[in-house]
Amino acid sequence: MTEPVVHLVDVVAVMGGFPVLAGADLTVQRGEIVLLRGPNGAGKTSLLRLCAGLLPIERGEATVLGCDLAVDRTAVRPRVGLLGHANGLYADLSVADNVAFWGATVGATAAEIDASLTRMGLATRLAGVRVSRLSAGQRRRTALACLVVRRAELWLLDEPHAGLDAAGRDELDATLREAASSGATIMVASHELERAGALATRMVEVVGGQTRPVGGA
Amino acid sequence: MSTWRIARLVAAKDLRIELRSRVVTNQVLPFAALVMVMFAFALDNDTVLTRVAPGLVWLATLFSMLVLVQRAFAVESADGALDALQVAGVRPGGIFLGKSIAMAAQLAVLEVVLLLAAVVLYKVQLAGSGAVLLVTTFVAATTGLAFVGTLYGGLAAGARGRETLLPLLMLPVVAPVLIGATRATEAALGTNGASPSEGWPWIGLLALFAVLFGVGGTLAFGSLIDD
Repeated sequence: MTEPVVHLVDVVAVMGGFPVLAGADLTVQRGEIVLLRGPNGAGKTSLLRLCAGLLPIERGEATVLGCDLAVDRTAVRPRVGLLGHANGLYADLSVADNVAFWGATVGATAAEIDASLTRMGLATRLAGVRVSRLSAGQRRRTALACLVVRRAELWLLDEPHAGLDAAGRDELDATLREAASSGATIMVASHELERAGALATRMVEVVGGQTRPVGGA
Repeated sequence: MSTWRIARLVAAKDLRIELRSRVVTNQVLPFAALVMVMFAFALDNDTVLTRVAPGLVWLATLFSMLVLVQRAFAVESADGALDALQVAGVRPGGIFLGKSIAMAAQLAVLEVVLLLAAVVLYKVQLAGSGAVLLVTTFVAATTGLAFVGTLYGGLAAGARGRETLLPLLMLPVVAPVLIGATRATEAALGTNGASPSEGWPWIGLLALFAVLFGVGGTLAFGSLIDD
């Protein structure tokens, strides 16, 4: 059996003196789409930030893409794509400039940048528009195009459907399925259980900073 | 991707943002000019103004630089871009150098405008004999200020109350640049009978400052902006 992409054992993480993860266990295999569900403040975002190497671990074992986060949590970052509550966009740059910038950080070609814009329906009318003039849904779509162009191995998405219209949601789901089928691993934290649940190959409940499988999986 | 390539990418991105938003042109330059005019109103004496002009130019530069630094990091933190750069594994040293280059370019424009304002408002005369010293002073001081601004801007970026914290943290640190640049500029302009040869030792101080903060910032920036 191949090495799991994410392997957490009894992980404890603290933020501002407050425990945000309290003994989380999780194993995710390559190509899975795992839905993290749970109430607000349960630890879903913290779990994603920990996997992205942004949150230090206090105790336990955490290995992501073969990198031991207790030893060096920066090594995993170039191989991970995180879309959190913020979009990570520059408001004064155009949609195309933003995608080109994020693509350039990983050496993406012009064709790859164009493909990402096309994939998210941004290649024509919106490409030259400043991000500050976009709707919330269009910004979200731009952020996803930036994620696509980075070719991350592990996608960590926090409420990715928020602000998207029906067409944008369908495009996102199609993009995620395509990414998973081509070997990417995806973790999605969402309250939209119907849509995200239909997309996911597995669900995990996060409550009080701890994880438990849903449906006996 | 190498640190230098990242630096070029970040610098180009920051300068493109400035070209599109025109914050320096529409806000920082008028603010700097206003500070120079207010100094003239406060001192209201041509002889005194000419004598203290080098110090006033550099003081106005520091005040205006605070606005530049705030702006440079506001664009990174407004929508979580600094976080995204970290997650993307973009080398922090490259981010530091890139933002420093962009800030140095904007500071250079600001300083030229302030020097011209001093010529017009304070009747400062530019002497040909001090031209090399003057240019060297501006290059060395601008480099040091850009490195300090980027370092402390990054440090304050994630802090609560960063707008008020930044001047408190940064102004004491740039005091050596204010002193060195003022003395060297006085020597270059021949203020108070100073000769250009008196200015060169101050260039050593400015260069040392720039090297220390350039190397220190490149190495420490990652830890500073990390959670």
